[in-house]
Amino acid sequence: MAKQLLDQFTAHVPADTRAAVYLGTKTTHEKRTKMLFDQFADPNRLRQLAGEIKQHVVENLDTYLPQVEAKLKANGAQVHWAATAEEACAAVLKIMQDRGATKMVKAKTMVSEEIELAHYLEKRGIEALETDLGEFIVQIDKDHPSHLVRPIIHKNRREIAQSFEREGLGAYNDDPETITRRARQFLRHKYLAADVGLTGANFVSAESGRLVVVTNEGNSRFSLAATKCHIALVGIEKLVPRDRDLGLFLNLLARSATAQQLTVYTEFFSGPKLPSQPDGPEEMHVIFVDNNRTEVLASDCREILRCIRCGACLNVCPVYRQASGHAYRSVYPGPVGAVLSPLLAGAHFADKADLPKASSLCGACNEVCPVNIPIPDLLLRLRDKGKREYAPLASAGTPPMGGWSVIATSPAAWKTALFGGKIMDYLPTKFIPVPALQAWQAKRTLPKWRGGEFRKWMKNRRKP
Amino acid sequence: MDLSHRKLPGTDKRVQLMATCLCDAFYADAARATVEVLEYIGCRLEFPEGQTCCGQPAFNGGDWAASRKVVRHTVRTFAGELPVIIPSASCAAMVFHGALLAFEKEPDLPEVRQLANRTWELADFIVNALGVRTWPGRYDAKVAFHRSCHSRGTETGPAALTLLSSIAGTTVVPVGEAEQCCGFGGTFSVAFPNVSTSMGALKLEHVRAVQPDLLVSIDMSCMMHLGGLAAKEGKPIRTQHLAQVLRDSLKNGGLL
Repeated sequence: MAKQLLDQFTAHVPADTRAAVYLGTKTTHEKRTKMLFDQFADPNRLRQLAGEIKQHVVENLDTYLPQVEAKLKANGAQVHWAATAEEACAAVLKIMQDRGATKMVKAKTMVSEEIELAHYLEKRGIEALETDLGEFIVQIDKDHPSHLVRPIIHKNRREIAQSFEREGLGAYNDDPETITRRARQFLRHKYLAADVGLTGANFVSAESGRLVVVTNEGNSRFSLAATKCHIALVGIEKLVPRDRDLGLFLNLLARSATAQQLTVYTEFFSGPKLPSQPDGPEEMHVIFVDNNRTEVLASDCREILRCIRCGACLNVCPVYRQASGHAYRSVYPGPVGAVLSPLLAGAHFADKADLPKASSLCGACNEVCPVNIPIPDLLLRLRDKGKREYAPLASAGTPPMGGWSVIATSPAAWKTALFGGKIMDYLPTKFIPVPALQAWQAKRTLPKWRGGEFRKWMKNRRKP
Repeated sequence: MDLSHRKLPGTDKRVQLMATCLCDAFYADAARATVEVLEYIGCRLEFPEGQTCCGQPAFNGGDWAASRKVVRHTVRTFAGELPVIIPSASCAAMVFHGALLAFEKEPDLPEVRQLANRTWELADFIVNALGVRTWPGRYDAKVAFHRSCHSRGTETGPAALTLLSSIAGTTVVPVGEAEQCCGFGGTFSVAFPNVSTSMGALKLEHVRAVQPDLLVSIDMSCMMHLGGLAAKEGKPIRTQHLAQVLRDSLKNGGLL
């Protein structure tokens, strides 16, 4: 019988990786919860409000996208539209080629991971260097991020020290401060030599065209300090209606993501450098990326487009804590990834159709989501889709339900089954060739069969 | 979670009981205790004989077509206007939330909603419909309470704790990481056995750390998973449904 890929992966996660992921997620989740409930009278009301605002945005993108385009152009930025990952990468390449640029410094952006930008540029002879410390380590290790906010949550400092030694960044030293100082020294020269700085955007105000980027390392500031051209990659769902909405979202984002009141750096960009300003990029390009988001919008799972990529659902998720991020085989892991990744796969939905099954539907993700996405409901809708589309990865390990539904709609058959189940008390379950039963009893016993006993008791006590 | 369901009982306190398939097959005593507890507080029970399952296994398993067949059977079986009481937060959530999702595009959604709107989880019903906030009798035990996940966003968890903490002799001890799932998740437990049992082992660790006399839940499915895991390890734990504790408290107090 076919097995679930994520479950197989989990069986082989090294103990220290699992321990690192568990401790990192648990600590952040607990701090986040304490901070929100200590500092706000009713954080759940804030989550609901933020969810309503984002839902309003995604349902009115046809209004807000033209509005933000006009604003950005008026501010002096150039606006590009990319329907696919390929188009987005090509747009970045064209901007660089037009400037004769060969070196890029990158701040952390999930959408660049999604379109595999660094790989695309490197193949075409362009250096695209990650400047977020975690992403930098991922890049030198040719690895993949395993968390939305903490890309190297799966690594320990000894592994990182070995990587730095291998890359010639200094003799083995696993002191975190030394590691950070070495990365900083290396990156300083790169910032000065780069032609182009690339960022994402956590939010874009449709009212002003203002892009908001939050970091804790200041690397996005550095990426734009010496470069003359700023490229921002932005998913089309990143809008908020007005500048004043940012108060709500910034308050929720930092607390939900890293249990901070505010990230160390919160930057606002509304256009290229003005003649009156001494520094900053002279050119600013904003590339709005669709890459199947409009199909998600047309689906019955559009609520997932509210996501602000805080990672709170990963941190609280008991499945993510056991499986770790790479188990999801996707740029977006965890509960949000289990919804988003199969949807963004578009025509290749079947390749990710197992991910919506990788949840006990416990609902913890919905409870912490700063934009109140009903993730369990969306996982369920995608399970239904996987079944209707006969996706083999989705059905692996799930017992067939056809026979059960026949019995459960016939009271006579049901009562017979209640009686017949007694066989389990006499036959050792390992001899009963039902895969689900085998999977259960490998690590769990079954309680004694009591089929029909309650009904008999009910009937007898009614007798006068 | 929409809590607009929960139609209050009439003054004659007539209700229908949905015993759940798990009690039907494995946990007969939890169902018996539910009956005795409800009757003690004056309810008159109807037990529709044709009942089978709420339809959740297929719903969670992704086979919504099969699930809808079973939901339709349940809707027919529990026809009428009486409140339906379920000794399971999970099955109750299936009836008042899951079934509505599965029927979003179906012509008979109103019938499904009619049942949803009068469905109650047992503890929520006792406390919030009947206004019972203290439980008589006596039950001497240190109790760990497992708030099952399908009670999130409902009044069930607080209601169960209100009842448990009010019993003479009972001490409720808090369990670490209470918001974390036990790892059961229906068909998840067999499709993802490694993840499921790792989650369960962690939950057991938290439970054992506070050394309770017994683990109490409002869902026997979580207890089947945790209890089965503990037994297989050779270190069994005592598990009970809330209704069993309430019933035994009455018995110990000579009230039943």
